[in-house]
Amino acid sequence: MSTVLDAHIPAGGIEKKWDSHIFESKLINPANKRKFDIIIVGSGLAGASAAATLGELGYKVKCFCYQDSPRRAHSIAAQGGINAAKNYQNDGDSIQRLFYDTVKGGDFRSREANVYRLAQVSNAIIDQCVAAGVPFAREYGGLLANRSFGGAQVSRTFYARGQTGQQLLLGTYGALCKQIAEGNVQMYPRTEMLDVVIVEGHAKGIVVRDMITGAISSHAADTVVLATGGYGNVFYLSTNAKGCNVTATYRAHKKGAFFANPCYTQIHPTCIPVAGDYQSKLTLMSESLRNDGRVWAPKKSGDKRPPGQIPEDERDYYLERKYPSYGNLAPRDISSRAAKQVCDEGRGVGDTGLGVYLDFADAISRLGEKTIRERYGNLFDMYHKITNEDAYKQPMRIFPAVHYTMGGLWVDYNLMSNLPGLHVLGEANFSDHGANRLGASALMQGLADGYFVLPNTIGVYLATQTGKKVKADRPEFKKAEEDVQNRTRRLLGIRGKKTVDHFHRELGLLMWDKCGMARNDAGLREALKRIPVLREEFWENVNVLGENEELNQSLEKAGRVADFLEFGELMCYDALNRRESCGGHFREEFQTPDGEAKRNDEEYAYVAAWEHVGEGSPPQLHKEPLEFEAVHLATRSYK
Amino acid sequence: MIASGPAKRNFHLRVWRQKNAQTPGSYVQYQARDIPADCSFLEMLDIVNDALVSQNVEPIAFDHDCREGICGMCSLVINGTPHGPNRATTTCQLYMRHFADGETIVIEPFRANAFPVLKDLIVNRSALDRIQQAGGFISVRTGAPKDANAILIPKPAADKAMDAAACIQCGACVAACPNASAMLFLAARVSHFALLPQGQPERTQRVLRMLEKHDEEGFGNCRNHYECEAVCPAEISALFITKLNREYAMAEVKTVVE
Repeated sequence: MSTVLDAHIPAGGIEKKWDSHIFESKLINPANKRKFDIIIVGSGLAGASAAATLGELGYKVKCFCYQDSPRRAHSIAAQGGINAAKNYQNDGDSIQRLFYDTVKGGDFRSREANVYRLAQVSNAIIDQCVAAGVPFAREYGGLLANRSFGGAQVSRTFYARGQTGQQLLLGTYGALCKQIAEGNVQMYPRTEMLDVVIVEGHAKGIVVRDMITGAISSHAADTVVLATGGYGNVFYLSTNAKGCNVTATYRAHKKGAFFANPCYTQIHPTCIPVAGDYQSKLTLMSESLRNDGRVWAPKKSGDKRPPGQIPEDERDYYLERKYPSYGNLAPRDISSRAAKQVCDEGRGVGDTGLGVYLDFADAISRLGEKTIRERYGNLFDMYHKITNEDAYKQPMRIFPAVHYTMGGLWVDYNLMSNLPGLHVLGEANFSDHGANRLGASALMQGLADGYFVLPNTIGVYLATQTGKKVKADRPEFKKAEEDVQNRTRRLLGIRGKKTVDHFHRELGLLMWDKCGMARNDAGLREALKRIPVLREEFWENVNVLGENEELNQSLEKAGRVADFLEFGELMCYDALNRRESCGGHFREEFQTPDGEAKRNDEEYAYVAAWEHVGEGSPPQLHKEPLEFEAVHLATRSYK
Repeated sequence: MIASGPAKRNFHLRVWRQKNAQTPGSYVQYQARDIPADCSFLEMLDIVNDALVSQNVEPIAFDHDCREGICGMCSLVINGTPHGPNRATTTCQLYMRHFADGETIVIEPFRANAFPVLKDLIVNRSALDRIQQAGGFISVRTGAPKDANAILIPKPAADKAMDAAACIQCGACVAACPNASAMLFLAARVSHFALLPQGQPERTQRVLRMLEKHDEEGFGNCRNHYECEAVCPAEISALFITKLNREYAMAEVKTVVE
């Protein structure tokens, strides 16, 4: 039965909620913290900062990651920067403005109270990272430097060359290393979570596979924290790392955790276009490039002249034309859709016609090549390595690509799922970015959740769990282990004719086509018919070689793709249900005459949280109404 | 350097195959056919693996993740060079246009005593994590710091620290070094913190502990071959090893005198 979800948002004015919540929440005294075991899955910005902080507080923490080192989690790939409301540039920024920009950027589909808290803690994140030695860019006077990102008219983005993600992750990884050395955190690299264990309705542990020996084992704890990232790889091609997957969150979903807004996916406007069907991933060119690059396409459809031969008056700088006040810094969803429209009109560039230009000629003549090299040298180098083209001499070719997923497991204000004892952080939860995330906000949210939010809210749950410790010898653990083993055996026993990647590619193409940058009723219904067929074929005809009791990358991939093959369906159900366009979710039936997203606040100002009710049955919808007290619902305009 | 040739190329591969750490490995030959010149080295291996699976041969295991040169997960010694022939390039960012049609390509794991082979081309690099745990951090309690701009750092110092912090911990420096030394990695970590005001309180202990751990894990000493610098995909300068030596000498003196 459909229910209305309670997010447990504290009472009071939006500026007061977080502080009063911290004050009113129960504390766990230091002696008792040692008695609580916490499992954290994932070691990116959210997972590592949570593990380090909770370990430092005295909890007994176990942290798991599938990579060979926690420092390789995909947060590392973030290029451009991290937002904060420091107002160091004296350009009118404030907590209120960062909050408002983020709610508006998310097309009024995020939870107001969470976003305000995010903006509030943003400044402490920068302080924390600098103290930990993150080498942010500086001005000659020694102060921190800032730059602009899409969807904002202030410069609030802190950055470390083109590798802000790596530098922030090294900061949290350092803190994690210290806690590992002190024995407060036990680290399990090359270990994949394959199920969550529920005891009397509470998440009390996980089942994992040692990716070197294949050993399946259980770990019990007082609470389980998932910080396992997003599900962008459901599209096969995305800017995510190859290993990124939905398994941890989807397994939790199958055990009762609601999945919120899975149709909200972010298509990033500036990625290197697809070159061929052998392609295994897509590479992002940081949004920061739009500070100086100008996006354009030929005015004439089918214009195949090299860019240098297209005169100025035959070029369409379409972002500047359509969105004069934000120009090339229009938000991601809007810029991506504009690029798609241009290509749909036959004005796309490159061999495939699926590309537009990002041109630095003006910036180079204004600032000199040296300055541009200083700002973006590593990105230009990467572009050259991949495409063999020199972006100092000719414009980059770019095209939108799947980059980030705003949807995730539903959580309340304490970052706890509807499944008691299960906490969810970072990209894996749904709460802060609504239907579209602004640039440089993912790193902010990951660190906010891990450093500042969860350490203050985890006690709310743990305070109710004194004396309720469970051990991994309970039958619930044994059953979960058996399920994992059976599934593994089944995958290894098929010995069909097609590779795991074959099925992943097929699914990806289908999802991109029917549930990608634009969706419609008929297409989504078709996808809902075709995904089960593909899934059935997978379970009959996939070829997974080798054994469980060894390092087996095919088996790892097969398990993840099997979950994507179920999860894709959930996304389509959500996209079909939401009969409006908002942020990254663009339903072709619902658009303004000039092709902008048309929201329907009357009927859809809610979080769609889906419950798994069994194999083959459509999921059950539950709603969390979104109430806006601090901001007014408005049509989002960047014109 | 671009190897000119057709848009689709064929390669002879000699690949190190090894079932696990306990079983000896050997080279096995494979043909990589109709490989697009614009595909990456790892995509070439994907294509080869797809073909192997179709013939019911277990695919070649190799580490990789972000495939955009930053996570440090990919490795491989290609024709004798860690991360292959291109300077400042990880294996995942290496493209087949750099190899000539018909070329023989030898692919091995990163080899070092401290990096035991787990399977085929995958090695265990967790020794590097343990060096980090010995001191590769600045101790700072969550929530305690003062305003970020209260610490002024001159741009040249911040830039130099960033140069060192760019290390992606891939371990190519170890694989390239005749002594299997991890000094370039260690020097990058130590220098990053030593160059910043925040790193000063633990500066002495940090270098001593990390170096001790480095030796304990079985990495060798630096003998100034500079092979590490030549293969480093993050372009970490070997001058940081000079700085490491100074840091170590100063720390030794300090512990004796102070």
